[in-house]
Amino acid sequence: MTAFVLLRLAEIAAIVLFFLGLHFLSSPATARFGNRLAALGMLIAIVAALAPSHGYGWWAILAGMVVGTVVGLYSALKVKMTAMPQMVALFNGAGGGAAAAVSTVQYLLWERAHNTGVPLDVLTDVSLVISAIIGAVSAAGSVIAFLKLQELMTGRPVTYRGQQFVNGIVALAIAGLAAWVMITLGVEPTWAYGVMVALALVLGVMFVLPIGGADMPVVISLLNSFTGLAVAITGFELRYNLLIIAGTLVGASGTMLTILMGKAMNRPLRNVLFGAFGASGGMDVAASKGGQQNIRSVTVDDVAVMLAFAHQVIIVPGYGMAVAQAQHSVRELADQLEKRSVTVKYAIHPVAGRMPGHMNVLLAEANVPYNQLYDMDDINPEFARTDVALVIGANDVTNPAARNVASSPIYGMPILDVDKAANVVVLKRSMRSGFAGIENPLYEDPKTAMLFGDAKASVDSLVSAVKAL
Amino acid sequence: MSELSIFFGLLTVFVLAIFVGFEVISKVPTTLHTPLMSATNAIHGIVLVGAIIVTVKLLDPAHALATPLLTAITIVAVALGTINVVGGFAVTERMLQMFKKREPSKK
Repeated sequence: MTAFVLLRLAEIAAIVLFFLGLHFLSSPATARFGNRLAALGMLIAIVAALAPSHGYGWWAILAGMVVGTVVGLYSALKVKMTAMPQMVALFNGAGGGAAAAVSTVQYLLWERAHNTGVPLDVLTDVSLVISAIIGAVSAAGSVIAFLKLQELMTGRPVTYRGQQFVNGIVALAIAGLAAWVMITLGVEPTWAYGVMVALALVLGVMFVLPIGGADMPVVISLLNSFTGLAVAITGFELRYNLLIIAGTLVGASGTMLTILMGKAMNRPLRNVLFGAFGASGGMDVAASKGGQQNIRSVTVDDVAVMLAFAHQVIIVPGYGMAVAQAQHSVRELADQLEKRSVTVKYAIHPVAGRMPGHMNVLLAEANVPYNQLYDMDDINPEFARTDVALVIGANDVTNPAARNVASSPIYGMPILDVDKAANVVVLKRSMRSGFAGIENPLYEDPKTAMLFGDAKASVDSLVSAVKAL
Repeated sequence: MSELSIFFGLLTVFVLAIFVGFEVISKVPTTLHTPLMSATNAIHGIVLVGAIIVTVKLLDPAHALATPLLTAITIVAVALGTINVVGGFAVTERMLQMFKKREPSKK
């Protein structure tokens, strides 16, 4: 009895810690504390699950935990900050896979129990089927998202004729098999369940394949909420409140975040998922194969002079800065400019980089003062008063086509109005198009100057050039 | 009947959690979206607890239900859940460390 009460209290403590953790995560000053509270909640939850186990299966649990800890810790500590989004995708996929695996064990257990005359109950049966499907879709989808962002496969949308029809057929087949397994309560042949899970994995792959790299943050966020939902339904399966609450919390937050990101990109979720972007983007690239003309390339010294004698410079960081790890050099450049009493501001597009807040994290790493970072809505009116907009490895979020070319796939997406600045300097590796795979008319603007090269190398030479002035 | 009342008890918790989840999240500034996503990602690692429960049930000697295949799947489930938890919280911590370093420079 006492043990029962203690365990229930421990579970409630874990839930409270999760909520408090998320609450403290909403403010930069308390975010770390929040993360630790949530981690403490998790530790309590795990101990509470292990306590009543009588040590059954201790070796299996230990083996799994040791392997999981080593792999999880190693990859979390080794990953470069640029690769964070895909790392989150992989961890998310692991969670989805775990949910599907738990359901599969439950299913196989029942099947064995059924053979000995114990009937299955509806709640467990229905919830394990749903959780297995969602978990498998999330796991496979996350792996594809990882492969795309890690550039182990093309980041471009993979499309073919009748793709949505094929996906629809697969989804229908899964639904049919699911109904069969649910209705017959485990009397059906085992392969029905196996094929169902296999098709769910296939669906996860096919659902992420047609989505272009630029939309990947939205997809990872969506998959995060999928896994949350799968875990919540696993909670129904096990009749365990803790799983339901924690899973639902993630499901709700992931959905919220997905909607916010979709709004920031002016891309309704429906468009993201059904590849409207991919199809028209592909056509655009093909139609303009001639490449962009009238590009004005400049030297480091030209740019250094422009920057050093400006009144106000707005730095627009993007994925290129993240890849080159140029944030420290950018900070140094800003310091040099401020010494010459140039006002430096940073313009942060909501989806710059590959995740919301990606740029903030990187710039924070380089000790860029918080109050120099401006959101899109706050900084856009500033461009007209700005002498130089320094675009470092950002592309699509500065593309004026989003404003005035109705046929452009990113038409309507809110962008940073860099073209309103008196001068625009774009630091870029090459003339390759951005992640969305479309050309940027900004580069043909007469007031735009291009400085080609690795972002870090370019910024470093800018720093020494400004110093030398 | 009791099965049904259990279900509705769980469903109530589920529905309430949806509302509280939206409420907690909607106050977060954009800057913290990535760490937040990462932290919620770690929290759904609670599936590890589900994996532990199933493993214990499977390997309970009183039931003698275990087969090598089932045991292997549970070990995989525990490992995946642990990766989700440990990796998730560790990567979030790393992201947030960068926010912390900023404070002294602000003075």
